[in-house]
Amino acid sequence: MTIIPAALRTPARILVVVAALAAVLLLPQAAFADFFTPEDGGSPNADSIDTLYKIVFAMAMAVLAGVWIALAYSMIKFRARRGAVPAQIRGNTRLEIGWTVGAALILVVLSVVTFVMLDDIRNAPESDRTGVDLQRVGQPTGVPDTESVPPSGRSLLIQVRGKQYVWQYTHADDDENILNDPFSYEELVVPVDTTVTLEIKAQDVVHSWWIPELGGKMDAVPGHTNWTWFKIPGKHAGRTFRGQCAELCGRNHANMLAHVRAVTPEEYEAYIERKGREIEQANDEAARQRKRIESEESR
Amino acid sequence: MAATAAPSTTRTELPALPQVLAHEVDPEPRGWRSWVMTTDHKRIGIMYLVTTFVFFLMGGVEALLIRLQLGAPENTLLSPQTYNALFTMHGTTMVFLFVVPIFAGFGNYFLPLMIGARDMAFPKLNALSYWLLLAGGLVFYASMFFSPPEAGWTMYPPLSAEDFSETGGVDAWIFLIHLTGLSSLVGAINFYATIANMRAPGMGWGRLPLFVWTLLVYAVLLILALPVVAAAVTMLLTDRHFGTNFFDQNQGGDPLLYQHLFWFFGHPEVYIMILPGFGIISEVLPVFSRKPIFGYKAIAAATAVIAFLSLIVWAHHMFTTPSPAIVLVFFMLSSFLIAIPTGVKVFNWIATLWRGTVEYRTPLLFACAFVAVFVAGGVTGVILAIFPVDWQLHDTYFVIAHFHYTLVGGAIFSIFAGIYYWFPKMTGRMLGEGLGKWSCAIMFVGFNITFAIQHTIGLEGMPRRIYEYQDLGNLGLYNLISTVGSFIFGLGILLTIINVVKSVKGGTTAGPDPWKGNTLEWFTTSPPPVNNFDSIPRIRSVEPMKDIRRQVERGTPAVHQPAEAAPEHSVVA
Ligand SMILES: [Cu+2]
Repeated sequence: MTIIPAALRTPARILVVVAALAAVLLLPQAAFADFFTPEDGGSPNADSIDTLYKIVFAMAMAVLAGVWIALAYSMIKFRARRGAVPAQIRGNTRLEIGWTVGAALILVVLSVVTFVMLDDIRNAPESDRTGVDLQRVGQPTGVPDTESVPPSGRSLLIQVRGKQYVWQYTHADDDENILNDPFSYEELVVPVDTTVTLEIKAQDVVHSWWIPELGGKMDAVPGHTNWTWFKIPGKHAGRTFRGQCAELCGRNHANMLAHVRAVTPEEYEAYIERKGREIEQANDEAARQRKRIESEESR
Repeated sequence: MAATAAPSTTRTELPALPQVLAHEVDPEPRGWRSWVMTTDHKRIGIMYLVTTFVFFLMGGVEALLIRLQLGAPENTLLSPQTYNALFTMHGTTMVFLFVVPIFAGFGNYFLPLMIGARDMAFPKLNALSYWLLLAGGLVFYASMFFSPPEAGWTMYPPLSAEDFSETGGVDAWIFLIHLTGLSSLVGAINFYATIANMRAPGMGWGRLPLFVWTLLVYAVLLILALPVVAAAVTMLLTDRHFGTNFFDQNQGGDPLLYQHLFWFFGHPEVYIMILPGFGIISEVLPVFSRKPIFGYKAIAAATAVIAFLSLIVWAHHMFTTPSPAIVLVFFMLSSFLIAIPTGVKVFNWIATLWRGTVEYRTPLLFACAFVAVFVAGGVTGVILAIFPVDWQLHDTYFVIAHFHYTLVGGAIFSIFAGIYYWFPKMTGRMLGEGLGKWSCAIMFVGFNITFAIQHTIGLEGMPRRIYEYQDLGNLGLYNLISTVGSFIFGLGILLTIINVVKSVKGGTTAGPDPWKGNTLEWFTTSPPPVNNFDSIPRIRSVEPMKDIRRQVERGTPAVHQPAEAAPEHSVVA
């Protein structure tokens, strides 16, 4: 068989060969970047999604390669040649049932793998002993009904609010007054080894919360509450995870960034205390001003 | 009309030969008025094809501008406003002004010819659908001179509500949806009525050409899906201007309602854009492998099954919205199911090539490029259907890559296969094979460079619809590769345009049946006369032209023409 000269006969094939070469040259690049898989490493749910993706991706590539090889083989092997006679076949019921069932079986396997992995992705685990003491950072009581809270009902609850074009994070506390809750914009500070539950809402248009290394994205839809969770391993204390709004929310959608800075539980306690003090001072200052203005008006 | 004259009476030595008798009895209408006033399905078809191709080029230029902006990190070529307008117009144009209506164009031209009909069932309605389409396109593009919409082709409220998009761009878009929707609805009813009532004698449902099968399903899907989006955008319109609150969460409405309505339409729309492409492939592959299509019934049935399933998968576009687990699971499994009939089609196509004599003509090459590319889009579709995985990939460049693999693979490569396959019938001239093959090869390579890398761009964490990005990791390099690829892809398309311009007057004469086709459109002259056929043969199989060639071969032992050449000599008047 003279496949190689034949393979270079048409411009189409020359270009295919060039493209294949280019792909081979790009592969080393790929080896050290997460070229073929999603981001992971920041949270167990991101890791589980990554594992699930790898399994599915391997199956998908096998199917794709099979189809491509069959296609290329049929095109090259059965290319019209002098004297060749096309077989007048109209179908083959057995074969057709066979590949229908085959396709269905692949999907059954996919479904099973997905359901097996699902719990690890959806259901939040408990915080580690080394995680932050929730009482000391003044967590609210009362457990929201979602898989993003671990079975014990104890996780660090953060309220995430999307608005054009900034994310606001509120660290809710256990008193009634919501005006003294520590909050921040763009950068969320969280303790490591602690399960963090995010309650995601939007104030104007639809946004989508996403830090790739901390797991999947969840939309912030006005009028709805969405939930997700992450739990950053202790080794990442001091690291910042980057992400941005993933649902078109207007002209500066591209600039609606989100950063999650992981700190040790001690640093987190200090952070909350400092934030709380700042807010208290600001509130006191506002109250003083209000009083002064009122007394000026009554004069 | 003399069209019914039995062909056997005049030339007894050539029984059962097709002859064109009434051809040129009426003078061909000429001048621009003959186009504006026409109700001839072929002229309307050509107007459809030319108009939608112009919109395709506009959408393509928009795409290239988008790629230019993204070619470098933190690029300042385009303002965020312009960028958002560009991707909104690109998506809207490609979906509503190119892919959906260009299939209506092919359908208009070839549906009556393939079933042996004189015209469409309702020729005036047919003209109306074209003019509604053109009006929709003009209304939409007129907004370019004022304030084009910026909320993406999906136009989600509240971003598209009056509070956040106060200018008229969104209204122009709504108007476009109504006009093109009406156009498609009228056209779909016309297709349906024509297929149901005007088939040649003997053409039962089991002998319907597969392209016509897909057009039938395309029509049914349009009829089922379009009213829903018409309702959704009407609600958006009244929310914007007449004080209703369908999508306003502060007044008892719900933005998610819009998403459900939009995607209830939007997912069937995806198949509306792909199924006729499947049909073209199912016509082209058997002709150029000189073999019957493998598993005709399975392919026709798979088309219907895909259409049904496409109506119950819509929420897989909404896996990241607040949704109960049961919804996520249901829509994951229903989306999986679509892979089965789609896989069946792909296997049948490859089996059609198997043990054939595959002739490397341009339509065949485009058809094979289609299969190769589309399958890649199919497997990433299954990956995206897994909702926990979709949580990572949704709204990223991975999704962009996926649906360009399905839509450019499923639509553009099949459309180009159709252009090369049917251009001789429409013009009487062949397109150049050399240019055609180069065009196919360059498009194939350019396409893959552009979009393969976008899977990785998405996996690296780059969301869609952002006008700038920071150069984290290799994002800058990857985006540059994609941008370079898009211009290569554009070059490939340009070669076909040059080919068309050169060949429309200067191409080699095609004759009635240059490919030795299987279906009835090759039974008449190229281009066909106004009345299409003078005599309609009785249909005895899915490949009536093969039967006719065989009949001619058997009936003319003295002449000893090669079977395939005979109709050429007899049909040309
Ligand atoms: Cu946003």
